[in-house]
Amino acid sequence: MLQVTNLCVAYNEHIILHDISLTAQPGSIHALMGPNGSGKSTLAVTLMGHPHYAIKHGSIIYNGQDITTISAHLRAKNGIFLSFQNPLAIPGVTLATMLKEAHQAMTGITLDVAAFRAQLLAAMDLLEIPHTFADRPINEGCSGGERKRLEMLQLLILKPSLVILDEIDSGLDVDALQLVAKALMTVRAANPLMSILMITHYNRITQYIVPDAVHMLIDGRIVESGDCTLIDTIELHGYSSKVSVHGE
Amino acid sequence: MVSSKKTANDHAYTYVAEKGLNRTLIAHISELKNEPGWMTDFRLNALAIFERMPMPTWGADLSALDPSNIHYYVKPLEKQEKSWADVPQDIKTTFDKLGIPQAEQKFLAGVGAQYESEIIYKSLQKRWAKLGVIFMDITQALHEHPEIVKQYFSTIIPPHDNKFAALNSAVWSGGSFLYVPQGVQVDLPIQAYFRINAASMGQFERTLIIAEPGSSVHYVEGCSAPAYRQHALHSAVVEVIAHASSKVRYTTIQNWSNNVFNLVTKRAVAYRNAQVEWVDGNFGSKVTMKYPAIILKEEGAKGLIISIAVAGKGQHQDAGGKIIHLAPRTTSNIVAKSISKEGGRSSYRGLLKVVKGAVGVRAKVQCDALLLDAISRTDTYPTIDIREQKVDIGHEASVSNLNEDQLFYLMARGLTQAQARAMMVNGFIDAFTKELPMEYAVEINRLIAHEMEGSIG
Repeated sequence: MLQVTNLCVAYNEHIILHDISLTAQPGSIHALMGPNGSGKSTLAVTLMGHPHYAIKHGSIIYNGQDITTISAHLRAKNGIFLSFQNPLAIPGVTLATMLKEAHQAMTGITLDVAAFRAQLLAAMDLLEIPHTFADRPINEGCSGGERKRLEMLQLLILKPSLVILDEIDSGLDVDALQLVAKALMTVRAANPLMSILMITHYNRITQYIVPDAVHMLIDGRIVESGDCTLIDTIELHGYSSKVSVHGE
Repeated sequence: MVSSKKTANDHAYTYVAEKGLNRTLIAHISELKNEPGWMTDFRLNALAIFERMPMPTWGADLSALDPSNIHYYVKPLEKQEKSWADVPQDIKTTFDKLGIPQAEQKFLAGVGAQYESEIIYKSLQKRWAKLGVIFMDITQALHEHPEIVKQYFSTIIPPHDNKFAALNSAVWSGGSFLYVPQGVQVDLPIQAYFRINAASMGQFERTLIIAEPGSSVHYVEGCSAPAYRQHALHSAVVEVIAHASSKVRYTTIQNWSNNVFNLVTKRAVAYRNAQVEWVDGNFGSKVTMKYPAIILKEEGAKGLIISIAVAGKGQHQDAGGKIIHLAPRTTSNIVAKSISKEGGRSSYRGLLKVVKGAVGVRAKVQCDALLLDAISRTDTYPTIDIREQKVDIGHEASVSNLNEDQLFYLMARGLTQAQARAMMVNGFIDAFTKELPMEYAVEINRLIAHEMEGSIG
């Protein structure tokens, strides 16, 4: 279970998130929606432990452990996975090399090269990723859509218990979006207790993966939470009414 | 002038020359090796040149090096009585981190006795001999194949080339001789002394490689394990002659202990359509000055230099490459990568020269420097001298730091900071590592990982 309590986050001494509180039960699906610049990605990387984002107060508890100040790699080992909005290319580091070491770090299991490769190629097939990508530097020369699929590939291999999807639906066409949703559902079918926090500013992904709870983030604050009917409200009226209410 | 004695720290040697150099000593070394007169004369002439030439001041700082305070000739007993306990702890730790088996560790540190790889090596040597390939100690070659050695020795790097080439020419001892006959393709890499013996490589070795027309060979020297040395100067000379349509690749990995001045001259000549490749990895040492060179002498010759250097605390790696295009339609590529950390300094020093009339030359130089912290330093000294207009020349240089967001990306996948840094640094030198035989590539990855553990930025 993820419990975020009164989280206040600053970047370069500028407060971006104010008093964020959020509780996600095991197996639940949450959507965090909001306009550009509302602080959605800041919340994503803060939950993952980016060193440039300072937590001014509040706490992040995951499965009973206070992870507010621990390093990103320890959060990953606790089962948290962040699918990045803009996954970076890392020159000279192949996908297979990186994922094998990551798999070992997260699971503590050392697979031999052949066993790991079989697992990797099977996951690539599910996402319709050409096998040649395994031995190419990670994300290098890839389109935005390919990068998103490679994020899902890592998800399939690393099998986390909490997935944070930062704008997984941006840059994806309908076919690719369906593939991504399929990958997510495959992992969740294997582990029904896996929680998902989807961060998005439109409702595309929520058509494939229906959230149990929806939170609206405006100017660094959660201004409204509800069930999935909140998505329809946002669809109908946009974020603007909330922005002006908040601004008054 | 010379004496047999035991050194203070109880290492047994049959013969130790007094410190410093003089004609009597040089003549005596030549006599001990039972060399022909021309070689004795060559050595004495080189000594005169060495004494005449000033210390080079254009590169790394050599002021701490005193050539008169060095033993120029030490002949060890066949069985050394050095103890494992004498090997410094940091060297032992590195051996462990590299995953080198205990028996091999002792041998690398100069403690062990015979190792079974010698037997494997002997059987490989038989196989090569059947093809007409000559691969032996260069002193042995001087006796068994005097005409070939005399024909090529010092023709690429004369003693007056530079002060340390002169020094090597005067005092050289040990090194390899490799001759590949016309049309012979040597399939496996030939390894100097075999990997396990790399640590017993000499201080002033001399290597001579001749590839006859249409032949091909890959020669590998060194290993990633730290080469522990008590002496402070390593000065080698390597000459490669690649005849028409031959292909020679020369791979070096050296990891000297951090008291060593490593001043090496390496040069190759490539004739018509021949191809020469230097793959050169420089770790360790106090100061390294090394710029493998290729002279593209006839039409269609190709040269490739891939050089990497890692400079840590108190180290200066002054490395690079030189390519000289003397003929039309010759092509070359230099890829130089350096990593500086913990106050270390790396310099790229290179030469790209195209003479008038060498039309249709294509050449590319790429040098990339990675700085792991704010106290380290990197600089580039590229000399480009192009005297012909009809050429295609490219030059790229970059300096970068480890990107924080890339680090975060890897750490978000469960890698520790040290693991993530090592992975990125290994990615940075991938152009070098992927050219290595598998076992070396694996060791280099581990070596980088080990170096990153101690340098969290």
